[in-house]
Amino acid sequence: MITTTGLTKVYRSRGREVTALDGVDLHVKEGEVYGVIGQSGAGKSSLIRCVNLLERPTAGTVTVNGRELTALVGRGARAGKELREARSRIGMVFQHFNLLSSRSVRDNVELPLEILGLSGRERTRKALELLDLVGLSDKAKAYPGQLSGGQKQRVGIARALAGDPKVLLSDEATSALDPETTRSILELLRDLNRRLGLTVLLITHEMDVVKTVCDSAALMENGRIVESGTVSELLATPGSQLATALFPVGGDASGPGRTVVDVTFHGDAATRPVISQLSRTYNIDISILGAAMDTVAGKQVGRMRIELPGPFEENVVPIGFLREQGLQVGIVEPAEPTKPADRATTVKEGAK
Amino acid sequence: MTWSEMQPLLEQACWDTLYMVGWSTAVAVALGLPLGIVLVLTDRGGLLGNAAANKVIGQIVNITRSMPFIVLMVALMPFTKAITGTTIGREGAIVPLAIGAIPFFARLVETSVREVDGGLVEAVQSMGGSTWTVVRKVLVPESLPSLISSATTTVVVLIGYSAMAGTVGAGGLGDIAIRFGHQRFETELMWITVAILAVVISLIQFAGDYAARGLHRRGRGSTTPRLRFLQHGYPAEGAPMTTTEAATQTSKTL
Repeated sequence: MITTTGLTKVYRSRGREVTALDGVDLHVKEGEVYGVIGQSGAGKSSLIRCVNLLERPTAGTVTVNGRELTALVGRGARAGKELREARSRIGMVFQHFNLLSSRSVRDNVELPLEILGLSGRERTRKALELLDLVGLSDKAKAYPGQLSGGQKQRVGIARALAGDPKVLLSDEATSALDPETTRSILELLRDLNRRLGLTVLLITHEMDVVKTVCDSAALMENGRIVESGTVSELLATPGSQLATALFPVGGDASGPGRTVVDVTFHGDAATRPVISQLSRTYNIDISILGAAMDTVAGKQVGRMRIELPGPFEENVVPIGFLREQGLQVGIVEPAEPTKPADRATTVKEGAK
Repeated sequence: MTWSEMQPLLEQACWDTLYMVGWSTAVAVALGLPLGIVLVLTDRGGLLGNAAANKVIGQIVNITRSMPFIVLMVALMPFTKAITGTTIGREGAIVPLAIGAIPFFARLVETSVREVDGGLVEAVQSMGGSTWTVVRKVLVPESLPSLISSATTTVVVLIGYSAMAGTVGAGGLGDIAIRFGHQRFETELMWITVAILAVVISLIQFAGDYAARGLHRRGRGSTTPRLRFLQHGYPAEGAPMTTTEAATQTSKTL
């Protein structure tokens, strides 16, 4: 649905060049919720702005819904008619809502319809329908200044849906909201994704957002995508930074000469009593240093950091047993004194 | 000079002043508004980013603004004659008044329009809006309260200028004050003129503030999160304002 190839954006100011995007290849499939996560300055904002060409990429192509948008760019700085037409079919939601304070809620939702050239009666009908969809039909006459943050974002979403888009871009839509409101907005996005078959590309710096709504995710660092895939694929990838960040497990070895192992459960294995089997079969004591369990996309997944007595060499067989059970197992090397424990390197070796 | 002698003089002068100021304000707003918007749009990073055009327009505006009004009036005489056919009388004053006020108003417009949140422009662009749509649906409506305040300031300045125009025989209140009050030592008449000017200017300022605040109140001025809980307690429009709220709005208008 959204494909970018070799997307590059370089900002030039006073002779200095800053590369915000460095050859980004992104593939968002139809009907999925795709999250791009990264720290500020990683290039997330530039990426989402390049998708509807609010920012013009320096190089690379953007294709949305089978249409190559980068080919529609005219020579001048202004957006040509074709590009504007294409943009009107891509909804966008912003972190700071960007509602016009001089217009009522209904008129804000009508704005894109005015741009599309609908008649007054059509606009009103559609705007009220959309407000109903986001659960704000009683606020049609209010002004944005009278709404709470969550309500404003609902108006923003209603407005973004006015052009019957197939694609919704969400630029940190929940970053200015409290956790409770964030949850309700994410639920709304999820709901719209299911009911309207909307493809959602969202950028965020909150792992929780990815955990709650995303089917797929990508991690951005310094203008590049360093990891991407469906959430379950990522969890199945040993040493995945995203998986580690989604399910952070901490804990140091209780002393020297012990083996610390990160175990990732998902699918079937999550429901079997693997750890107690391990303990009984090999007659070893296992301590749990840290664990996180959650439900992602309807499946139970989790990570656990356990400690086995004795050095690695003595534990080859029990670790082999865990792998046989279909778990991802990563051996955690003893943390160096300078590094915090949760950043300990996970040895990159996985299950066959 | 008795009141019955003064009255027709003052009456005529009032009308002349209103006539001159009215027309020159209309022209200044009609031309200054687009000029101010063009200044914002052509600025670096603006929607029409054009450094050369911006520099040229900016220079013209600066030169016109830096010229003392009385010099401008004299310098514009041939131009005034070409347009209105005369350089004296109230018609003769409208041209220099308007030309003097256009760059003044344009700069005020520029400041007001620049205040509009760039995110709103981006939002309209993301909906497929053109630059013209951005101007019409975002820049002007969102800065309207501030634009009205700017227009009020321009009117007040124009009243001051129109008194100067009296020196080229334009008539009006300033002319009366100088010819009768100053040159003929009719002190009483001069003070009456001053009083009338003070009242007129206060009225205009009040009307301008009222209009600007009226627009501001429509949901604006309550965006400060700190005040949100106060807002919930009251029905939306025409509701009594708490003192804190009133204070915030006044300070915002200022």
